[in-house]
Amino acid sequence: MIRIRLGLLPLVLAFVAGCSGAPWNDPYPAADAGSNTLYTSFSERPKHLDPVQSYAENEFAFIANIYQTPLQYHYLKRPFELIPFGATEVPQPVYLDVAGRPLPQAAPAERVAYSEYTIRIRQGVLYQPHPAFAKDDSGGPRYHALTAADLRGIDTLADFRHTGTRELEAADYVHQIKRLAHPRLHSPILQLMGGYVVGLRDLADRLAKDAAGLPAGAVIDLTGYEFSGARVIDRHTYAIRVRGKYPQFAYWLAMPFFAPVPPEADRFYGQPGMAEKNITLDWYPIGTGPYMLTVNNPNRQMVLERNPNYHGEVYPAEGGPGDAELGLLRDAGKPLPFIDRVIFSLEKEQIPYWNKFLQGYYDASGIGSDTFDQAVQFSGQGDVTLTEDMERRGIRLQTSLATTVFYLGFNMLDPVVGEAAGERARKLRLAMSIAVDQEELISIFRNGRGLPSHGPIPPGIFGYREPDAEGINPYVYEWRDGMARRRNIEDAKKLLAEAGYPGGRDAKTGQPLLLHLDTTSSGADSRARLDWYVRQFAKLGVQLVIRATDFNRLQDKLRRGTAQLYFLGWNADYPDPENFLFLLHGAQSRAKTQGENASNYRNAEYDRLFERMQHMANGPERQAIIDRMVELLRHDAPWVWSFFPKDYTLHHSWLYNRKPNQIANNGLKYQRLDPAARAERRREWNPPVVWPLGLIGALLVLTVLPAVAAFRRRERRTASGSQA
Amino acid sequence: MTAYIVRRLIYGLFVLVGVNVLTFALFFFVNSPDDMARAQLGAKRVTPAAVDKWKHERGYDKPLFLNEKMTGIERVTETVFFDKSLRLFAFQFGASDQGRNIGYDIRTRMWPSLAVQVPAFVIGLAVYISFALLMAFFRATYVDFWGVVLCVLMMSVSTLFYIIGGQFVFGKLWSLVPISGYDGGFEAVKFLALPVLIGVIAGIGGSARWYRTIFLEEIGKDYVRTARAKGLSEPRVLFRHVLQNAMIPILTGVVVVIPLLFMGALITESFFGIPGLGSYTIDAISQQDFAIVRAMVFLGSVLYIIGLILTDISYTLVDPRVRFS
Repeated sequence: MIRIRLGLLPLVLAFVAGCSGAPWNDPYPAADAGSNTLYTSFSERPKHLDPVQSYAENEFAFIANIYQTPLQYHYLKRPFELIPFGATEVPQPVYLDVAGRPLPQAAPAERVAYSEYTIRIRQGVLYQPHPAFAKDDSGGPRYHALTAADLRGIDTLADFRHTGTRELEAADYVHQIKRLAHPRLHSPILQLMGGYVVGLRDLADRLAKDAAGLPAGAVIDLTGYEFSGARVIDRHTYAIRVRGKYPQFAYWLAMPFFAPVPPEADRFYGQPGMAEKNITLDWYPIGTGPYMLTVNNPNRQMVLERNPNYHGEVYPAEGGPGDAELGLLRDAGKPLPFIDRVIFSLEKEQIPYWNKFLQGYYDASGIGSDTFDQAVQFSGQGDVTLTEDMERRGIRLQTSLATTVFYLGFNMLDPVVGEAAGERARKLRLAMSIAVDQEELISIFRNGRGLPSHGPIPPGIFGYREPDAEGINPYVYEWRDGMARRRNIEDAKKLLAEAGYPGGRDAKTGQPLLLHLDTTSSGADSRARLDWYVRQFAKLGVQLVIRATDFNRLQDKLRRGTAQLYFLGWNADYPDPENFLFLLHGAQSRAKTQGENASNYRNAEYDRLFERMQHMANGPERQAIIDRMVELLRHDAPWVWSFFPKDYTLHHSWLYNRKPNQIANNGLKYQRLDPAARAERRREWNPPVVWPLGLIGALLVLTVLPAVAAFRRRERRTASGSQA
Repeated sequence: MTAYIVRRLIYGLFVLVGVNVLTFALFFFVNSPDDMARAQLGAKRVTPAAVDKWKHERGYDKPLFLNEKMTGIERVTETVFFDKSLRLFAFQFGASDQGRNIGYDIRTRMWPSLAVQVPAFVIGLAVYISFALLMAFFRATYVDFWGVVLCVLMMSVSTLFYIIGGQFVFGKLWSLVPISGYDGGFEAVKFLALPVLIGVIAGIGGSARWYRTIFLEEIGKDYVRTARAKGLSEPRVLFRHVLQNAMIPILTGVVVVIPLLFMGALITESFFGIPGLGSYTIDAISQQDFAIVRAMVFLGSVLYIIGLILTDISYTLVDPRVRFS
């Protein structure tokens, strides 16, 4: 009897679950069904959440919503526009000469010794509740002198019973700038900012020297260090002084590197025993932004919850063209954020993520190449539309061009394709540029998700030219029938012959021309793409040898300047042409200075123009210089200009106010949900189908029954074979 | 017995040293400390100075095996190998190259791994042995024939297919369980049902066929014929005599696996989003975190050695003729 009851247990549980009305395959607790929670995922645990170290998109996805940088990008307007966030207004630099005397705004870059940014911050901004601010009965910090006994039983930040807060001060922003120079934090922008922020390099040297004399693990108290590059003016004002004219500095103020960090964070997290429990600022941020990280289990789930102390920001009332029609201005003026909680679940594989999105358990999704045909189709006119299944589910599609450039680079130090071979190599590079049909590549391997590039600057960034009759790359394209068309392969063959390789053979030696492409791509998909590249080169009779390598080896070859051809891409840090054109600046040579110019391209005129252009404000003069620089690049062809990727994202009908933003990562606060509609759709889309279980059970019984009968027959059989 | 175990443990120590040397050599054959530093520091704006500083702070700026600049014992002790290996033998795994405490991570992540692996192991063993006994019982009949065909078919299918197929059928088509995810406490059951089921099904083909072979070999022996001649029922012959005598080869394959259960399953954990040690190791390899890789390989080796010793001990329990020597 007991056995029967136990056997019924799963059925009873299933019945109970069924009665609750919640779908059986719901991966979230039933209590959360109607909550105002956004569900998304992460595939790899973020390496750093400390704003001084974090420099990856998957890390910014969290901290950009936690920390309040002085500036941020307007959520809706394009081109990208800086607006205040922690600051009260976008600071205008005051230019100073060597003696510190103010200069007019129009002063030429050569006269400007310093630019000073005075930043006034908003008053009354409070930090999220955090134990670092908790006070004891006497008003002193409760958790700043913890002993091993105090830490017993504490494994996460949530285990501290008391929390507190305090008002954000200008000193917190200055403290973070000092942290850029901290010898143990390894900020990736120290080298760069050391060249701009006055005294930062010197501060780094002083700190390193002092840290060497401290015992391992001892906290360096940064409040005792002053430096002229960043100073507090009053409680709500601070100033940053940078060398020369550096208009791009304002963009850095919208990045987490310049977010405020309170000194209490260093004191709290720097206590002995905290790091052993993984309780560090790198894992538990302290911010004043709209969200706070309340659960950080990178093995399973990370949870952002509304910061109860956040207030004062409202949804924008202005947007870009078409935003009102798309309903993106319906919430204008309403306080942010709209969503109470954002749950990031660990999801390493694309297939489960996609299926859960279709079940309604994730609110938005990208489109992988495996699922592209399931989600998207092209109309007769070439327009992108959703498939019927997606339409039926009310799923919405959004497309946007990424501020990213992909390219096939030539190493200009290489004797065959590089600078040493002069005009011969230039013609060879141009021939390759024509032969590699980017339009075909985008169509075959990216399902049309890309725009062939005519230069290094992507659309949406100042300096970009539409590829019209005037804007096309004339070395690779020609204007025919009102559109840009890739030059004929015969043009490429002619260039190749002029380069001394008629038919892909060296005219002098008769040897076939062999070029080597180093790539980290592997796997079936990549093989097809690499075969395609081999065929593109073969159109000219050139043999392309693919050298599969790992990431480390490729980086090593690039550092040593021994690769011949390679694939790379660049994601913009900020929306300025300088952030793309510097990739080919001679001073950035990877082989010579370990910079970002992996092609080691060098052109005196280009370098000179770059150094002029980088200090200029956007305007016709800057555009003219950029046009000339792009012309030089097109002429010299250090890259095969590949494409700018196009991102396709999907979201469900219950999610509102989503607008792709390739530069900013703090978009969570603008999004709004209809949890009731979501719960209803989930129930509708996920009714449990139980009958197959019964069928499987019946089939098992039917399979076993003859065996049981045979067994019985055999047991009853006598030695002579008759039944007993 | 104690002397035997002590002797095996001493052998095990040498094995561990060997494994450590091998792991170290293989890892640094593929990655240099510079590569590791760059992997941790990120892809953008990494300067040679930052790389040097990172290596210095973590002790990766020393020579790998032999420090020519030192004299005496320091030629060996002032090396990356010595620095990074010695503490492992005291089970002090230290911090990962990303700065997180490895011991804490292992203690946290072993439970989800065990939650999947232990039920899959226990249920699987019961199912495989039962199915193998069924085939052995109906040997030379259609049940046996089709059973073997089924086993071969199931062996031929990749685990990945079972996982994706299982997620599609049970999670998506029939909406019975979540496709992936994990939770603590009783909530974990709904997340574990499918990975455990798939773990069991994926192993049926190979294991049941292997056990069937063992049982058939035993069934042909004289003592089985004697047992039958004495009038024992076939189930009694199979379960009481054949199964017991087939235990040695079964234990050889089974006991050694038990300690390794907590190391987790790589693909299963990855596809089901289970935060176990299998995915921990894979992540560490892809992120070039040598500290985690070496800790996990060391731990795996220790557990394997324990498994082998347990196997030897288990022999004496099932077969009194086996003695330690």
